[in-house]
Amino acid sequence: MQTKRTTFSNAWLPYALLAPQVIVTLVFFIWPASQALWQSLFRQGDAFGIRPPSFVGLENFAALFRDSHYIDSLQVTLVFSVGTTVLAMSVSLLFAVMVNRMIRSRDTYTTFLVWPYAIAPAIAGVLWWFIFNPSIGILPYVLEGVGYDWNHRSSNTDAMILVILAAAWKQISYNFLFFLAGLQSIPQSLIEAAAIDGASRSKRFWTIILPLLSPVTFFLLVVNIVYAMFDTFGVIHATTEGGPAQATNILVYKVYRDGFVNLNMGSSAAQSVILMAIVIVLTVIQFRYIERRVNY
Amino acid sequence: MASIQMDDLHKVYAGGVKAVTGISLDIADGEMIVLVGPSGCGKSTLLRMVAGLETISGGTLRIGDRVVNNLEPAERDIAMVFQNYALYPHMTVFNNLAYGLKNRKMPKDAIDRRVREAAKMLEIGDYLDRKPRNLSGGQRQRVAMGRALVREPSAFLFDEPLSNLDAKLRVQMRVEIRQLQKRLKTTSLYVTHDQLEALTMADRLVVMNAGRVEQVGTPMEVFDRPATVFVAGFIGSPAMNMIDAAYLRETGSADDLDGLPHGTDLIGVRPDDLLMTPPDGPHLRLAGRVALLEPAGAESHIYVALDDGDQPITVRVQGLPMVEDGARVNLYAALAALHPFDRVSGVRVT
Repeated sequence: MQTKRTTFSNAWLPYALLAPQVIVTLVFFIWPASQALWQSLFRQGDAFGIRPPSFVGLENFAALFRDSHYIDSLQVTLVFSVGTTVLAMSVSLLFAVMVNRMIRSRDTYTTFLVWPYAIAPAIAGVLWWFIFNPSIGILPYVLEGVGYDWNHRSSNTDAMILVILAAAWKQISYNFLFFLAGLQSIPQSLIEAAAIDGASRSKRFWTIILPLLSPVTFFLLVVNIVYAMFDTFGVIHATTEGGPAQATNILVYKVYRDGFVNLNMGSSAAQSVILMAIVIVLTVIQFRYIERRVNY
Repeated sequence: MASIQMDDLHKVYAGGVKAVTGISLDIADGEMIVLVGPSGCGKSTLLRMVAGLETISGGTLRIGDRVVNNLEPAERDIAMVFQNYALYPHMTVFNNLAYGLKNRKMPKDAIDRRVREAAKMLEIGDYLDRKPRNLSGGQRQRVAMGRALVREPSAFLFDEPLSNLDAKLRVQMRVEIRQLQKRLKTTSLYVTHDQLEALTMADRLVVMNAGRVEQVGTPMEVFDRPATVFVAGFIGSPAMNMIDAAYLRETGSADDLDGLPHGTDLIGVRPDDLLMTPPDGPHLRLAGRVALLEPAGAESHIYVALDDGDQPITVRVQGLPMVEDGARVNLYAALAALHPFDRVSGVRVT
């Protein structure tokens, strides 16, 4: 793309205009990230300053992969991310398809469906905590009526379902908007041509609409995985706090627990470095793909 | 192969907008009917009602001997070519053509045979593995045609299929579509806003305006005897000149205007029928000044401002004009070549 070149009369002005953004990035992103990188190579000194931090190279990383808790957490993260992504994407696609059929009420429904996105993750977590609370919540009460004894404080499965629901619920709004926009960019005449070609409603969806949505779907897939892995701290913290017995202790929550609760800074830093590597890989995939977004 | 019968068709949109008001039309088996009219005249709506893409608010529509008012598009056994071609962008040309056949559960080898036949007929056999985005406009147009004819439907519906092509290709495809239609003898309904396309392609053309039919007839009937002022102005290019009969009487230029039917107060005359020399027999004479010369290759258009007249009139002559810009000219038209109209109703006086 050709952009217009602007010439500044004062040589320092462009740098001054860029400075705020650069400073924010340096202070809040680059500095902590490099700190984590540095710290991940050290063993924590003791609290009294008698034994200084000692350089251990990659020992923190090696220790992590020997630690069964960490491998468990990886597995939990995998289940949680896949569950959250699949649930958030399928439900939002369903909503988008349904709202796209509306004519006059479309904007109203869109507004309502976007609201959850405006709610802070911790608040969303608390809402779900109330709804699912084994003693005062409405859902366990209903489930008990059908013979299911809900208790996410003792059941690993219940706890996982709860955090997946809470995390997916928040992401549905975001996905919904993208899917709706994607649906609206499909020319109506394609659907009409398919109808004349004898494709039933569901056949049209699977053979025409879904393939044409694939760029949006892939973009959302990456965004949702990143969300589930890194942005769900608030949801976990407000509902299960990683329990019961580490059943919902996803990687990003474990970083916090090990670092700030258990004060094992070296290991925590190494874990966040691994997370950083994962997010870099995902971002690269995403950008590579967006560059040639149109696959047909 | 089937006839199409429209009986008093109406379309009223939610909100009360009337797009089509009372259209009745019998289309014979194998006939090519062209719906022509300006934007918003309801011609596309009518076509989409036949296709089943718009609901029918009133009246009866028959394809063959079935009433199809409430049938799904797929059940009507029609095929449609869209203005933007509506090719499936994620499918190869082969799959674009095969899609409709697959949906009808046709055996694979039969699909293959039919697709290759159609592709051969349209000369797109070399592109069967390509995706639509790798095709030129003309090739896409052919694929869209192929998708319609591979199904061997009882009727083709065309919704301004040539309007996205450049002028040269448009003429070429116009000829090809017409030849194909004549060969296959498939009943066709063709929508266009281009009067030349309408005149050249139609067995019969239907001129529409504001949701109504203005005139139905063969191209020459419609051209030679336009039924209304609207048709007279829409069909033929440059458009027919309209001259107030009162003006002619005042300027006394008519030899014998009384020869025209009683009640004529608006007179239409085609640019070709205005002559620079007086013809034999009764004629009218107009005097004016050349306002603009417009050479257009094999022919030229002369715009003449009539003395005391309020609008310029157009004259078409072969070759280069023999007059100078700004020169005084006399124009003549045989009375037999005039089109008499009633100004208020806009209807031809007979």
